Amino acid sequence: MKRNLGNLYAGPMILWLTVFFTVPLLIIVGFSFLRKGLYGGVEWQASLDAWKAVGTPNLVAVTVKTFVVSMVATVITLALALPTGYRMARSKRQVLLLLLVIVPFWTNFLLRVFAWMVILGNNGFVNDILLRTGLVKSSLRLLNTQGAVLLVLVYVYLPYAILPLFSTIDKFDFTLLEAARDLGASKLQAIVRVLLPNIKGGIFAAFLFTFIPIFGAYAVPLLVGDMNSYMLGNFIADQLTKARNLPFTASLSLLVTFVTTIGILILMRLQAAPERSAEADAAIAADYAAANGNGGR
Amino acid sequence: MSFGDFKALDDVSLRINKGEFFSLLGPSGCGKTTLLRIIAGFENPDEGLVNIDGIDVLPLEPNKRGVNTVFQSYALFPHLSVFENVAFPLRLRKTAPKAIRAKVGEYLELVQLVDHARKKPSQLSGGQKQRVAIARALINEPSVLLLDEPLSALDAKLRQHMLIELDSIHDKIGITFIYVTHDQQEALSVSDRIAVMNGGKVLQCDSPYEIYENPATEFVARFIGETNLFDASVESVGGGRASLSVPGLGKVLVETAKGPAPGGTAIFTIRPEKIHIDHERPDGGRSDLNVFEGVVEEPIYSGFQSKFFVRCGDATLKVFKQHASYQEEGPDIAWKDRVFVSWSSDDGYIVGPGSDA
Ligand SMILES: Nc1ncnc2c1ncn2[C@@H]1O[C@H](COP(=O)(O)OP(=O)(O)O)[C@@H](O)[C@H]1O
Ligand SMILES: [Mg+2]
Repeated sequence: MKRNLGNLYAGPMILWLTVFFTVPLLIIVGFSFLRKGLYGGVEWQASLDAWKAVGTPNLVAVTVKTFVVSMVATVITLALALPTGYRMARSKRQVLLLLLVIVPFWTNFLLRVFAWMVILGNNGFVNDILLRTGLVKSSLRLLNTQGAVLLVLVYVYLPYAILPLFSTIDKFDFTLLEAARDLGASKLQAIVRVLLPNIKGGIFAAFLFTFIPIFGAYAVPLLVGDMNSYMLGNFIADQLTKARNLPFTASLSLLVTFVTTIGILILMRLQAAPERSAEADAAIAADYAAANGNGGR
Repeated sequence: MSFGDFKALDDVSLRINKGEFFSLLGPSGCGKTTLLRIIAGFENPDEGLVNIDGIDVLPLEPNKRGVNTVFQSYALFPHLSVFENVAFPLRLRKTAPKAIRAKVGEYLELVQLVDHARKKPSQLSGGQKQRVAIARALINEPSVLLLDEPLSALDAKLRQHMLIELDSIHDKIGITFIYVTHDQQEALSVSDRIAVMNGGKVLQCDSPYEIYENPATEFVARFIGETNLFDASVESVGGGRASLSVPGLGKVLVETAKGPAPGGTAIFTIRPEKIHIDHERPDGGRSDLNVFEGVVEEPIYSGFQSKFFVRCGDATLKVFKQHASYQEEGPDIAWKDRVFVSWSSDDGYIVGPGSDA
């Protein structure tokens, strides 16, 4: 009786995921094994062309570049989010600070990127100040650079890293840091050896919440980057809109999904791994026995 | 030491001897933890000095003070095994792995946890966690060990056991223990000396015997053990003895070295177990005996002893009587019995001037 009810509750969710997630995914898988139509679209003919094209050197270069940019942006984001989350967790005005982190979500994502274009543009806010104060003679090229892409990516995804970090650090028992200091750790040692291992889950979540969307970034490089800062997302979009190669678009998208899934699995493995192997433990136990002269135990 | 406008510690001055088992005793909120945190380096006092082995440690960071703490909540590192928790200070100092194993083994042996070395703190009982915290705090061989209510999270029986264990560890390694507790029994049973605190002040700093037998203030008398307290006026003083008039009770003789001024007021106290209770009037030949006749209002049987509330005139006295069957005892004292209570003049104390003095 209870089980049936459970299924009933889960029903709408299952229906939703089937119609809007599983079926589209299967359609994409299907498309990736079809032949490209002459004028866009597909021909109903099985083919491995789309998968063979995945190995082209050009594409490999874009993928590597995307990976590196995503990694750099994620590391910068985490490096900023960690101290921010820490200060928030220790603050007496948590609610206010949380609100400030969430406020940007009230403005549309594209509008916020456009705002950066205004700030960084040749006649933008930053250049205006630099010119007026006489620090530079002519406008600097700030927009449409790799740096602009990194800056805006970090800006957009910072809250996604701050929130999970804040919520784990908030649950952390800060007397543990005092205990570490008491036992001889410097401030940095206390953080590295006690805080970080205990908030691994939050760091892991923050990493995923930033790395995955950045790896699939499309709008940010398009709007504030140049040709050289194009990422995998832009490459895929070009295959769809310019080359009109649906099977190749499908195989590329699946590749991204596949690679990120593998990445998540590896990370989850790493996170769940015990820090000491059973053999090392056994060796330690044997050592006590020897040290205490109790013989094997 | 202040938090905002609130003075948590006020003019506290203590000299603690090397190797001493020193207790800070006082009710919750009196500033005990704050004092420990100042010694450990987690709070900065507005003024004053903390001197350990002739060194002013106030400018030093907590990790440089040669002081270790057993935290009230244990503060074991949940991500590390028992072994690694105890090894933590050694790993920081980059001790060789072999030396770490030997030393951690030695300290785990001291707290009888060798067989639990591989467990995580979450797999331990309260008493075991406590012992890990002690081993971890001792492995640095600090000159002072600070213990903040280390037994408060344990049940009564285990508390007794751990207290004895703590005492024996103290005897074995001989370093200074500063032990914080709000439990007077704990403090009395293990300390070399006790500082009784209230409202951020130290009221008395003395041996357990002196604290119990000769409380300096009304608060100390009240806080340590149970007692009878009366406001009294001083009638005459002479020969190390004062004669007090206790309203509602009558004339009371008390030995006193302090010599209160005749005509002044005083607070008089007598411990319930020092009062003798009997159906018969005690030997009238002794001049140092205070004797009052009264009626038993409420007898309370509590196993090894009985408690009586005896009404004498307008005053009520609390009296404890031990049950010892080897003694020739008269009929049991019961409710509404007419009895005589008596005590020797050197068992009572004057703990301070009266409220209007
Ligand atoms: N960080 C703090 N901020 C404000 N008040 C505090 C702080 N720490 C302690 N206090 C206050 O100082 C007083 C003494 O606290 P504490 O030393 O913890 O007492 P105890 O350990 O004797 O119970 C308490 O009234 C407490 O409310
Ligand atoms: Mg406390």
